Amino acid sequence: MPIPTRKRGVLPGFGLAMGFTLSYLSLIVLIPLAALVLRSASIPGGDFWRTVTDPRVLASYRLSFGASLVAALVNALFGFIVAWSLVRYSFPGRKLLDAMVDLPFAMPTAVSGIALTAIYAPNGWIGRWLAPLGIQAAYSPLGVTIALTLIGLPFVVRTLQPTLEDLDPEIEEAAASLGAGRLQTFVRVILPMIFPTLLTGFALAFARGLGEYGSVVFIAGNMPMKTEIAPLLIITKLEQYDYAGATAIAVVMLAASFLLLLSINGLQWWSGRHATAG
Amino acid sequence: MPAAPTTLDRSKTVAGRRAGATTEPWWIRGLLIGVTVVFLGAFLFVPLLAVFAQALSKGVAAYFHSLIDADALASIRLTLLTAAISVPASALVGVAAAWAITKFDFVGKSLLITVIDLPFTVSPVVAGLIFVLLFGRRGWLGPWLDAQGIQIIFAVPGIVLVTLFVTFPFVARELIPLMQAQGTEEEEAARVLGASGWRMFRRVTLPNIKWALLYGVILCNARAMGEFGAVSVVSGHIRGHTNTMPLHVEILYNDYEFVGAFTVASLLAMLALVTLVAKSIIEWRAARQMAAAELTGPRDELE
Repeated sequence: MPIPTRKRGVLPGFGLAMGFTLSYLSLIVLIPLAALVLRSASIPGGDFWRTVTDPRVLASYRLSFGASLVAALVNALFGFIVAWSLVRYSFPGRKLLDAMVDLPFAMPTAVSGIALTAIYAPNGWIGRWLAPLGIQAAYSPLGVTIALTLIGLPFVVRTLQPTLEDLDPEIEEAAASLGAGRLQTFVRVILPMIFPTLLTGFALAFARGLGEYGSVVFIAGNMPMKTEIAPLLIITKLEQYDYAGATAIAVVMLAASFLLLLSINGLQWWSGRHATAG
Repeated sequence: MPAAPTTLDRSKTVAGRRAGATTEPWWIRGLLIGVTVVFLGAFLFVPLLAVFAQALSKGVAAYFHSLIDADALASIRLTLLTAAISVPASALVGVAAAWAITKFDFVGKSLLITVIDLPFTVSPVVAGLIFVLLFGRRGWLGPWLDAQGIQIIFAVPGIVLVTLFVTFPFVARELIPLMQAQGTEEEEAARVLGASGWRMFRRVTLPNIKWALLYGVILCNARAMGEFGAVSVVSGHIRGHTNTMPLHVEILYNDYEFVGAFTVASLLAMLALVTLVAKSIIEWRAARQMAAAELTGPRDELE
């Protein structure tokens, strides 16, 4: 679709809107972020390396990445089932469940955090059934994973829903009329069409989990080396006025987020191409 | 996997399959719906119920007693103040950004769209950290601010600043796809007919984007009132002064004042529920508006 160049002549307000946007963006977002990058550049390389390879910091990275990965995988599987059921089937309460999927977006993370802790604590509603089985949910890596699953839940469902709605039923009918069973149709026809979208939702949930703080700190127990997430360690360093340490940990997290953002953009481009090709 | 149909009963099998060709057997449907209900129940409904159950665990009197606590009221006031500043600011810049991006053509447009999303990718804790590095006592501008007697970190301005950072993308994100789809023809027509820029915006653009704008504002407000990580870093947790509602929840919880913590949390949970209801109503109204616009075409079947 060609964009006519005369647009700028007819519609007003480009200078004002653009000027305001760029000034606001620079003052609130870009300059502060640049401060972090410059600050990290001023840390001597040896100090930087010592900070980010400190065993306690490495343990926090392992927990943050590991728990986010597991939570995102859980969400990819169950989020797919949820999205599929909400789009394909009609059952009582479907609309209510659909609306509730956004709850983790709307609910302040601290509220989700204390609620999950109350539920999964050894005397909580669910925790008391897990304790006799020898499963400690709260104050363990499992608790961190549970919190990150809740936080990432809407991403996979909301990313998949529009794609599932747009699937052309004729393709499935064609597969069936050519003799494919339902499972075969699903694995060979439906799954390849929705896979890039599923991967995008997974990456979004993973990225959100990496940086998450509020819902995790209450249920984690925050034991150094065991259940301490990387964002909490940044706060601990800041409270000790160790700005350089906090910055070093944060820069690694930021780099990971940017890599994920880039791959998500790449994935969206891929799935877009997929959609037009199909 | 079912066996391939034989030539003899082929017509019957194909017809039989057609009916179920695009759906699953009843027991798989039931299983998937069951998994959906259990999964969403465990992760959404149970925590929501737990908030209210814990808040009311010592009775209604204790609930209202916690509610009128001076520090709790101060945290509610600060949360409302923060939202009252950051939501209009994010809405204004969101409209401006969407206007520039969708109605004009310029170099670097896709870069700008990516940059607008940045606050979503940055961890809330890192968002707080960058403002401490700038304005904190040992930050770049710290000594100068100290000399001027201005305090930003561990004070209300810092809380407002980080909230502006985290809420920045909400409105722009809702508006950009919609305004891109709407194009520029209606605005151009208004201009050709002699409307001033402001009149064109108020009478043509605003009615077209009102539902998406409201939607963005509501999500933005939920985040502004509920933000925890970023605000936690810059607030300093001074009771009655720099505590927003989510921070007050944390302080009470860590002091083992569970009823108080869950009471304030229940207010935030109600805000979340109101947000979801408003969102559903807006989605329904927007769908109706779209349907009404499409009624000019031949398709008028009931949905």
